[in-house]
Amino acid sequence: MNLVSLSLAGLRGNRLTHLLNSVLLGLGLGTITLMLLVSGAIGDRLTRDAHGIDLVVGAKGSPLQLVLSTVFQADIPTGNIPLAELDTLLHNPMIDHGAPLALGDAVKGFRIVGTTPDYLDFYGAKLAQGQIWQQPMDAVLGATVAVRLGLNTGDSFVGAHGVAGNGEMHEGSPYHVTGILAPTGSVVDRLVLTPVESVWLVHEHHHRQDPDAGHDVTAVLLHAKTPLAIVTLPFQINSQTNYQAAVPSIEAARLFSTLGFGLATVRAFAGILIVSAGLGMLIALTTRLRERRRELAMLRLLGATPRQLFVMVVIEALLLAGLGAILGLAFGHLAAWAMEALLPAGDAMTVMDLHARASEWLIPALALGVGLIAAIIPAIAAYRTDVAAALAGSHD
Amino acid sequence: MTVLAISNVRYTYPGRLPISFPDCVLEAGAVAALVGPSGSGKSTLLMLIAGLLKLQTGHIEVAGKAVETGPGAAGDRLRSRSIGMVLQSFQLLPRLTILENLTVAQFLAGRPADHTLALDALEALGIADLAHEIPGRLSRGQVQRASIARAVVNRPDLILADEPTSSLDDAAADGALDLLIGESRKRGAALLIATHDSRVKRHVPTIVALATGKAK
Repeated sequence: MNLVSLSLAGLRGNRLTHLLNSVLLGLGLGTITLMLLVSGAIGDRLTRDAHGIDLVVGAKGSPLQLVLSTVFQADIPTGNIPLAELDTLLHNPMIDHGAPLALGDAVKGFRIVGTTPDYLDFYGAKLAQGQIWQQPMDAVLGATVAVRLGLNTGDSFVGAHGVAGNGEMHEGSPYHVTGILAPTGSVVDRLVLTPVESVWLVHEHHHRQDPDAGHDVTAVLLHAKTPLAIVTLPFQINSQTNYQAAVPSIEAARLFSTLGFGLATVRAFAGILIVSAGLGMLIALTTRLRERRRELAMLRLLGATPRQLFVMVVIEALLLAGLGAILGLAFGHLAAWAMEALLPAGDAMTVMDLHARASEWLIPALALGVGLIAAIIPAIAAYRTDVAAALAGSHD
Repeated sequence: MTVLAISNVRYTYPGRLPISFPDCVLEAGAVAALVGPSGSGKSTLLMLIAGLLKLQTGHIEVAGKAVETGPGAAGDRLRSRSIGMVLQSFQLLPRLTILENLTVAQFLAGRPADHTLALDALEALGIADLAHEIPGRLSRGQVQRASIARAVVNRPDLILADEPTSSLDDAAADGALDLLIGESRKRGAALLIATHDSRVKRHVPTIVALATGKAK
């Protein structure tokens, strides 16, 4: 027997009310948990996918759209730029290396990206099996694509028009899988990579384009030689050419601040749930305490000190808060799991890794804080239990 | 050995007339009844002895130690270790088992929970088989026995009983008093019973009458 078992015994009354308050607290904390997982995963993804990419050059339009569509593969491209521009950019003395991107098709939700082997270097992607493409219409699959589509080296598949892959099928232009990449934890896992020429060939067949007409690419990803180049090059390109240069780190920060408003709204909603749960707990503990006045008086008669009664009520609140924290973490991870399971396979969101994060220590801390605040008033009331009045009802 | 000594005690509730209590001394193993009509101060004196009401004037000693002049840690310690309580209407903690009701008394007295000792106390009162039942499942007589077992489990020097026989029929009242008196004598504890039940007088050699303020 100790104060914890006494507190547990105290909670045996009004079990349903206590459980519902813990569930309510769990819902609020679950929302916060999910928010921590999502915002952490978004942050990770923005950092990982943009790693080493200092600049993106593409058609004029929204710089955020350009970065989203080419670095994060999460939006529609702004347009195309002529292939000739690629050489000019790659030979710029301020540029260390770069890779072109040609977008336009997808297979079952996974984008087909025309590029060069330099693109793999941005992500340190290595082949898990097979080999890199040798000729047009060869394809290398990201790890997730291979698993989800059940494709192996030597298999063939056809793409569909449009980056969402919901357009007409390019039946006459099958791709041949030559290699599969090892998982990188980046956007590459969800891409089908092929030489840029594949994209041109498919669309020449499809649109019966003049093979001698000049080719385009969607954008060029660049790694600058110096930090100064990241500042000066965009200015030069934006003012002197018909194209635009966007800085992924700046656009990612802008995106995060836009998302931040949404996250703040969710946080406020979660805050309301948590405050409601705290109030519910306070009311339940106070009401229960009134009903238990005689029990507390009995404990005092048996020798309990006022401090022990105070601590007993605090432990009761902390036990309820602890249950709320466990439920909150469970709800949050369950919701994250459901999000991953239910979102479309190639969707930008599902590239996020919603694993447990160190920042989740906040959940039990928040729960215990709410429990302590809710316990203060009833614990003081317990401390002040008037034994004589509680047992006698009236003085004799 | 003197277990309880009361001298010159007076208590005044706000806005009421003062209550004067007769001087009283109880030796180890002695049994006394504190009798008087409702409002005469029986429960008040029990609370003063237990250190749960602030002593305004006079002096009370339990087992050779002065009861502090108000509720405090020393009073709580004295109460948990030297005094056993048997109450009228709220005999046991309803959400704990009978055994837990005894071990909680041990815990609050600062002693380790000793199941053997607690079961011995229950065995002595013939209810060891009910150790794991909650009070709500017991008959009134069984609850009474469990309450007595809890009062004696810490081997107190003094047992205070507040109206233990009220709402009991004659046979049950006789049985409860026999048990209470028998257990306290067996353990060498002094027993003070606060009651307005005249049946108690048949069992108790010493009567402290509050109405007259004299011990007979």
